[in-house]
Order: sequence, then C-alpha cells, then structure tokens
Amino acid sequence: MLVLVEQSLNGLQFGLLLFLLAAGLTLVFGIMDFVNLAHGSLYMMGAYFAATFVAWTGSFVFGIVLALGATLLLGIVLEYVALRHLYGRDHLDQVLATFGLILFFNDAVRLIWGPAGLALPLPAWLTVPVQIMPGVSYPAYRLSIIAVALAVAAMLYVVVMRTRIGMLIRAGASNREMIGALGINIKLLFTLVFGLGAALAGLAGLMQAPILTVQIGMGENILILAFVIIVIGGIGSIRGAFLAAIFVGMIDTLGRAFLPDLLRKVLSSAAASTAAPALSSMLIYLLMAIVLVVRPEGLFPAAKR
Amino acid sequence: MNFSFNARNVVVALVVLGLSLLPVYSALSGNIFILTLFTRIVIFALAAASLNLIMGYGGMMSFGHAAYLGIGGYAVGILAFEGIGSGFIQWPVAVAASALYGLVIGALSLRTRGVYFIMITLAFAQMAFYIASGLSRYGGDDGLTIYKRSDFGGLINLSNRVQFYYLCLGCLFGGIYLIWRIVNSRFGMVVQGIRSNEQRMQAIGYHANRYRLVCFVISGMICGLAGALLANNTDFISPAGMYWTRSGELMVMVVFGGMGSLFGPVIGTIVFLLLEEVLSQFTEYWALIMGPLLLLIVLFARGGIMGLLGRMSRD
Amino acid sequence: MKTAFWLAGVAALALAQPAFAGDTIKIGFVSTFSGPTAVIGNDMRNSFELALDHLGRKMGGKPVEVIYEDDGQKPDVGKQKTEKLIQSDKVDFIAGYIWSNVLLASLKTAVDAKTFLISANAGPSQLAGELCSPYVFSTSWQNDQTPQAMGLYMNQKGVKSVFLIGPNYAAGKDMLAGVKSTFKGEVVGEEYTVWPSQLDFSAELTKAKNSKAESIFVFYPGAAGVQFLNQYAQAGIKAQMPLYTAFTVDELSLPLQKDNAIGVPGAQEWVNDLPNAENKRFVEDYRKKYTGLRPTYYGAQAYDAAQLINSAVVAVKGDTDKKDAMKAEMEKANFKSLRGPFKYGNNHIPIQNFYLQDVVKGADGELSLKTVATIVKDDQDRFHDKCPMK
Repeated sequence: MLVLVEQSLNGLQFGLLLFLLAAGLTLVFGIMDFVNLAHGSLYMMGAYFAATFVAWTGSFVFGIVLALGATLLLGIVLEYVALRHLYGRDHLDQVLATFGLILFFNDAVRLIWGPAGLALPLPAWLTVPVQIMPGVSYPAYRLSIIAVALAVAAMLYVVVMRTRIGMLIRAGASNREMIGALGINIKLLFTLVFGLGAALAGLAGLMQAPILTVQIGMGENILILAFVIIVIGGIGSIRGAFLAAIFVGMIDTLGRAFLPDLLRKVLSSAAASTAAPALSSMLIYLLMAIVLVVRPEGLFPAAKR
Repeated sequence: MNFSFNARNVVVALVVLGLSLLPVYSALSGNIFILTLFTRIVIFALAAASLNLIMGYGGMMSFGHAAYLGIGGYAVGILAFEGIGSGFIQWPVAVAASALYGLVIGALSLRTRGVYFIMITLAFAQMAFYIASGLSRYGGDDGLTIYKRSDFGGLINLSNRVQFYYLCLGCLFGGIYLIWRIVNSRFGMVVQGIRSNEQRMQAIGYHANRYRLVCFVISGMICGLAGALLANNTDFISPAGMYWTRSGELMVMVVFGGMGSLFGPVIGTIVFLLLEEVLSQFTEYWALIMGPLLLLIVLFARGGIMGLLGRMSRD
Repeated sequence: MKTAFWLAGVAALALAQPAFAGDTIKIGFVSTFSGPTAVIGNDMRNSFELALDHLGRKMGGKPVEVIYEDDGQKPDVGKQKTEKLIQSDKVDFIAGYIWSNVLLASLKTAVDAKTFLISANAGPSQLAGELCSPYVFSTSWQNDQTPQAMGLYMNQKGVKSVFLIGPNYAAGKDMLAGVKSTFKGEVVGEEYTVWPSQLDFSAELTKAKNSKAESIFVFYPGAAGVQFLNQYAQAGIKAQMPLYTAFTVDELSLPLQKDNAIGVPGAQEWVNDLPNAENKRFVEDYRKKYTGLRPTYYGAQAYDAAQLINSAVVAVKGDTDKKDAMKAEMEKANFKSLRGPFKYGNNHIPIQNFYLQDVVKGADGELSLKTVATIVKDDQDRFHDKCPMK
C-alpha cells in the first residue's frame, strides 16, 4: 500500500514536469496554429542557462530567475527573427523549419558549452528526504517540483480564464481571424504568448536539471512525450494538457513499477523482464493511439473552427 | 509526358543520366566508395518517393514511414537468420508485411486529420520501434547482421556492387513509374481530389477513406521494398533505423526536393545526403549550417528545389 | 540550383581523393564526434593523437596519417564510414568503435576486406565468441568481464543480497548477466529500464528500497549514470543500501556527478593512477596537452590501440602487405600497455587484471578516481570457447 502511495507520487511528479513542457507547446500550437519542434531546444536552453547562471552567481534561486528571464528573451527573439514568418504556413513547413532549429541549437550548445553536459547541483536544503507520512519519505526536491508545477498550473488557469489577456488567448485559440478583425494587436499577442511558452519550456528544463540531466539533445526524447500529451489532451486546451500529462506520468511510472511483476505471473521470469520495459514504453503510445481512434481530436478539443 | 526544354526537365534528365552512368564513372576513376554512397542514396530516394505519394498527392503527412524501412529490413534479416535465403521469398514477404502493417495502422489512423494524423502515425512507428528492440532472438537493440544477401538464383548477384546498384536504380525508376501511373489514373485523380476537397468528393459518392487507405498501403509497400534493399545494402538491420528521427529525415528529403513532384524526392534525397556527407567532411559542426539552411529553404523556397526550378523556367 | 551542382562537384572531388599506398601508414578511426556522447569520441581522439605524438608520428619509419570519422552513434552510419575508410581511403588499419551495435554493423565490411580492425571499447559477446576473426583485435574487454569482477568484489565484501538495475539493451543485459554469474548471494530483484529514453528512475529506486535487498548494483554509462546517481542520492538510501557499479562513474561523468560519486565503487581494467611508467607519462602529458581534461579508460584503450598497431607495423618494417606477420605480432601483445602487461586469448580479447576503483577528494577539493585493490588477476572472458580460432 505504502509502495503504491510512493509510486503514485513518482508518477504525479513526472506528469507535472511534463505538464510544464506541454503547456507552452499547446498554447503556441492552439493560438498560433504553429507546430514548434524547437520547443525541446528551449527546454534545453533553460537548463543550460540555469546551470551557467547558478554557477556564476553562486545562488540557486537567483540563477534560476536569471535563466527564466534569458529563456523568455530567447523565445521572443526567436519569434521575432524567424518563426513569425511561418505562421499561417503549412504544418509541414513549420515542422521542417523547427527541425532545422533543433539541429542548429544542438550544435550551437556543443560549440559554446562543449559536448560534456553540465551539472546543476542543488542547495543542501533541497537534497534531504522528507517524511510525508509514517513509513514514506520522499525527496524534498521532487516535492518542490510538484509544488511549483501545481502553482504554475493554477496561475495559468487564472490568467487564461480570468484575465483580459486570457480572454484574447482563448478567443485566439477558437477563432484567430476574428480577434484580428476586432482590432487586437495580434502580432504583439503572439510574441507574448510565444515568450510565455518559451519561459514555461525553460522552467521545465531547469526544474528537471538537478534530477535528470543537462545535456545536448535532452529536449528530443521528452518533446515527443509532450506532443503525445497535447494530442491526447486536445490541442490548445490547457486543461486537457494538465489531465493528459498526469495521466501519462502515472501510466508510465506505474506501468514500469507494476507491469514486470504482473507479467512474471504469466510468463517466465527472463521473458517477463525483457518484455516489460518494451511493453511499458509502448503503453503511452498505445494510449495515444486508442484515444485518437476513439476521439480523433483528443479528449478536450478546443472549440471547432 | 510532353517534354519541354525547361530548367526543371533538364535537371531531371541530367539526374537520370548521371545516376545511370555512375558505375561507369566509378569504374573509370577507381572510386568504389562513390558507388556505395549512391546505392544508399538511391534506396533512400525510393523511400522518399513512396512517402511523396501519400504526402504530395494524398495529403497524408505520415511521420512514421521509417517503420516500413524497418519492417522490410527485418523481413529479410529474420528470414535470412532462419535459413531462408531466397530473395523470391524474402522480398515478397517484406512487401506483404509492410502492406499488412499499412492496412492496420492506416485503417486506424485515417480516422484522424492534420496534426493528429502526424502524431498517430508517429505513435504506431514508435511502437514498431520498441517491438523491434524487444526481439532478443534477433539481436534486440544491437541489431542483426545479415551474412548472406538475398539469393536470386543465377539471375542477379546482389554481392556484386554494380549489379546491386543497377537493381536498386531499377527499383527506383520502377517505383517512380508506378507512382506516375497511379497519380495519373482515375484512382489517383480521386485521391488528389480528396486532398483538395474531401466533402465534395464524398458528396459525389466517393468513399474518401477507402481511397486514402489504398494509397497509404501502396506507399507502405514501396517503402517496404526500399527497406529490403537497405538491409541488403548494409548487411545489417537494427531498430535504430526505425527511430522517429529517420521518419523526420525522410520528410525533409521529400520537402527539400519538392512535394508533389515526381522527381522532387529523388533530387531532395541526393542533395540532402550529399550535403550531409560533404559538410561533415568540412566540419564537425555541420548541423550549424544544415539547420539554418533548412529554415531558409522553408522560408524562401516554397515547393523545394523543384519549385525553385519551376519558377526559374517561368521567368 | 547552381549551388546544388557546385555542391555535387565538391562532393565528387571530396570523394575522389586518389589513393596512394605505400609511403604512409593510413589509419581510420571511427568514433562518435557529434551528439551528446561526442565527449567520449573526443577523449579517444585526444589519446590516440597523444600516442602518435609519443611515437614521433611515425610507425616503422613511415609517417602516419589518421582519418577520423564520426558514426553519430548510429550503426548504419558507422558501417557507411567504415566502408568509406576501407574502399575510398584504403586504410591499413581501422580502430575506435565505442558502441557494440556500431561495431557489429561494421565488422563484416572490415573482415571481408581483410583490414585489421582494433576495437578500442566495444566488446559484445559475439566478438569474443562466434564472430571472432583473425583480423579483429580488442584493446578493451568483453562486456561481461567488468561486472563479473564487481560480483567477485561483492562476494569479498560479504554482501548477502542485491537488487540489479540496468538499461534494456544488449550491453545492459550482458552487464547484469555478468554480475549474476559471479555473485554468490541472493539476487532479490532485477529491473530493466527503457534505453536510452528513460529519464526518471524513481519507480525503480522505490522498488529497490522496498525490496529489502542489502545493496544495489547498476550499470548506467554516460549521462544516464549522472542521472541515476543524482536520483539515488536524493532518495536518501545511501546509508542503508550501498551502490555497486560498472561503467557508471568515470572521469567524464565525475565532474557532473560530483560528491554523489564519493564512496561508489566500480571495477575497471585501467585507472589513471596505475603505477607503471607509461601510464604516468600518458596521464601527465594528457593533462598538459589538453588542459582542464582528464584521460578516461576510453582514451587509455585508444592509446593502446595506437601502440598495438605500431608494434605490428614495426615488426614488418612498414610493409603493411605482410598481414600474417602483423597478425602474429599483434597476438603477442608486444607493447607497453597503459594497464600493465596483458596477454591475448585465442579470440584476441585481452586476458587481464581488473581493479577496484573509488572516488576520492584531493587536497585541492578536486575529485578523482583511485585504485583501491586488485579484484581479479588474469581474467579471461567466458565466451572464448565459442571462438573457432585456436
């Protein structure tokens, strides 16, 4: 039972981390109708900036704030220089152009920081395990990821549902031409949204840096997961991305935790331990395929155009 | 085909001629590697051409085409491993297995449109990738070495570089001819009609998804054949060749050359793979050049290289 | 379009370098120089270059030319580069190869062309067994040997039970099988994780924690090792469940693992402080030539590969057509290896010692690896019986 609690926490934490990445992606996708493969590169840049600034300033919190600002700025520049020319183009064009950006960013990072990757060490107060209930202790840093991600989710909810900007964002997601026709400065809105998305990607990147890795190409694997999430959730829907992210995090973690034991009851031990990881890594894609077959526009499709 | 003397047709003619005479150049110059390199290019061009059939003419953006390369390759590899060396069995199995896979995932995926279609084809290809990684009898993640190339009796010897090159080239030209016939048939017209206006075609009484599915399966079969060729070329098959980045590269090749143009994918493949080879000789940081180049091509050269040439001819 | 023609022209020129044999010794070197694992390839290249410096950039009186090729960690690319080196550049030797799958894909090309291939890292079981070849030598090990040594060490320490975690690919399975073949205690659990995409090991660590095993053994090379040690440290189970490793802590991962790696033992055939004169010179010159970097076992193996090639070329006085004589010379392992003397088995895999290494903090606060003990002497891989060569 206690194991289940702990494994669920693992799943929740992983899911929330994925949500941070998916939220920015779905915002940009939903509003500008723009497929941004380079979102994973922004995630990588967030982590590299954080590792660099934390080392420079010597302060974990200060470095992270600087890194967030830097990623935001990078996002805005990227949008201004290149990506805004791709709005309204074919999805395929966008996929290719941003695929090119992935290549560019990976090699640029290699040129600047070298191929070895960086470390982002935690301050001592975040490295201790915390007793959350009798018999279950949980790493403090993972708890803080859960807290930050929930706070961001709440903030996004308030911004999107309760403010004027949010209203425009929602309007943009369901009918882009209309808000332009209403005289809203759509270019500025787009730049802002893209910057916000970039900052969210950077946040995801730097939050995961102390437990995972700061490395070239770190964005690619997780980007695919983020795409899976926004597709399951329904493109443009923050709520959908939130639920789908937690769903995917849980399935991935619980699948890895319990599937091997379940399989061992049916198969021989050796067959089970090789089949289980292949099967549990497939689970997410299986989930996506099933969702799309049953609901071709995801669980929470944004309003029809 | 009405041949008119414009930049586009001249380039296509030069490419066809160049590819046909390449072994002669290789023999004269003693450069064997250029033949090896171009065998690979020709095989990838066939795969790109098959992707072009559904992307360029059918409007179906498949982000999982590498799966067919894997399926075709594994059909050859697994049969060879199990002692069945005859190409007369291996190749039909490769094509049939690809057709079956295309039929199943096509039937499911075609329920979706747009980005959702891109993602669901990716999902199935990733599943295929993980299944291949789990085949521990056939090397799992390490892949499988193929010790004997497909055996076609005395007909053709695949271990002979020149014969194998011409076989691949024959498959490429055959594939393009087939695609040309399909595109210009009544069936092809319907598929293209569905791409530009689905409701209208439905209203006239065409069952859109059935036409799409058939097109999807044919494309998969051609790509499966490319997979069988590729396995014979590398003497090796591994899941790494089915990873999603390979599907992405195939898309790049198609768009590079020009989607919806018969020879576009061939030219796109040649330029993409040569660029990769040449740039990586000059600098380790070749992606620093390749990346922005891709961006520029998308921004300023709509319709890829063929589109550019087309515009040049009109000027 | 002109650019395309121009590029095609350049390509043709680049590919059409005439091959002139005889006056130089040509060596091809295939490794990974792009992507996240380029750091390994760079270390191998640095060490190979250093070896050439030490040899005066000559072998058997002839100048040496090395052509480095990037495999991008992809088997089909590695195979293509191998073909290019053999067919177009007509190299006399081909060396390098970090990854088992790249090596296995490239092997047939080299063996069919009767070009000597020196694996400076990859050691899949097939290479030691049924795929062994007169033209293939290793300056590293067979995959299983290192974890086998770790299993022996755990016996020596009196460890009663262990929980095994490793990536789900061929080398990962080899590693866990290796430990199991020598460890005498109980294997409580065994988990395989998705390779290389799995990022989070919390599910596995939670299972290990709840399994009540006495210890954990892992194999996570490169960045995954950094991730695993981070997460292991944060789980706070270091005191209850000590960690034993193979290929998880090295000089490349150490700057990222930092204090997390202190007290985590590993097994290796080479450690930077092995007390022989060649090794001292190698480590000193490496750190002088490449400031800020430390050599790794990958580099040491690449250095040895250069020395092995040199021994063969010197024996035939630069006449690289005498393949049988070169093979006979290389089988003697007649050079000063950085790991100390070793012999070759029938399958051309070293029969060698394995050492226990630990991480220590120097007076300057810098972390480094240190030899603690010799775990096993003259260890031969367990697949050599399957090799048809005698």
